[in-house]
Amino acid sequence: MLCSRRSGRSRAKALPPEPAVIASTETQATTTTLQVDIWRGGATGCLRRYQVPRRDNQTVLDVVTYVQRHLDPTLAYRFACRVGMCGSCAMTVNGVARWTCRTHVSKVMRGARLEIAPLRNLPVIRDLACDMREFFEKWTQARGRFAPTRTRREDFALIPPESRERRAVDAAIECIGCGVCYASCDVVAWNPDYLGPAALNRAWTLANDVRDAGRIERLRAVAGDAGCHACHTHLSCTERCPKKLSPTAGIAGLKRAVALAALKGEL
Amino acid sequence: MTPARRETLLWIMQRASAAVLALCVLVHLVTVVYAVRGGLSAAEILGRTRGSAAWLAFYSLFVLAVSVHAPIGLRAVALEWLGWRGASRDWVMVAIGSALALAGLRAVFAVFL
Repeated sequence: MLCSRRSGRSRAKALPPEPAVIASTETQATTTTLQVDIWRGGATGCLRRYQVPRRDNQTVLDVVTYVQRHLDPTLAYRFACRVGMCGSCAMTVNGVARWTCRTHVSKVMRGARLEIAPLRNLPVIRDLACDMREFFEKWTQARGRFAPTRTRREDFALIPPESRERRAVDAAIECIGCGVCYASCDVVAWNPDYLGPAALNRAWTLANDVRDAGRIERLRAVAGDAGCHACHTHLSCTERCPKKLSPTAGIAGLKRAVALAALKGEL
Repeated sequence: MTPARRETLLWIMQRASAAVLALCVLVHLVTVVYAVRGGLSAAEILGRTRGSAAWLAFYSLFVLAVSVHAPIGLRAVALEWLGWRGASRDWVMVAIGSALALAGLRAVFAVFL
């Protein structure tokens, strides 16, 4: 077991020289056994090693669930749908933030080893569970809530699917709020006030919603050195997004929209 | 002026000056390569730049674009690396921009006059 400290927002680098091994007693036939190092604790903690049977089509979430159900019931982690819809099971797997329910072990293991840790850039509650409040509070700061212009007494708004605005919304709307982009963003690590890719992506979808009444207020909220202008276009969010969205493109769109509004004197 | 507008205008100024710089750096490099490969002496170079309104305008634009571009970028670096924000940061950046403009224009006029 190697103990270290998660200082503030970033996880301490910890490679276990000789982690404590908790072995499986399961007798099912398996081709091999995985050595899985899992972060245990909060800001201060240890990577603890477990031996988990290797199975076909096994996901990283399967591995974590196996550990919790068969080896160590005190392990804390978060999941819900298991099919890539809810966005609750994101973790750092071998140094990269991923949704674990749709990540096959075969795609990410190094040899027969996995290292599983909580997401970066977020406070750890315990083990693999992060406190997501700061992440979602930034959605609120970015005015991520739809501001309606119609009442229920009026007819539906008709939005042509081929319109420029609707296509921009379509490209960004499938965010599941998993936090992978936020954990992968270096700017979030450098500037804790930065709203982050997910909140800005949400703001971009609303900025293109022709029914929305809060456009200028939203552009004002996402401008500046905690908003879209802080983005360095590293593309880590786009690279890592499990839904294959491009928050970087949305942020670039926000920069253009904000610039136009500023030149018109609307900000 | 709202903070959002100020930050956005600074961003526009940095992007606009970057566009100018892209062109200026290209012309400058081509000029340098031409001068070196052609074996021009210092006296010959001065002979071309002295009294030339075109070179004066070009290098003045170059210097002014640098004076705008660099401090705005440094301002962002100061925030991300040092956590430095507020009026003190802005005044220091104005000073850096002014110093760059002064030193650069001095050099431009030295080869013009």
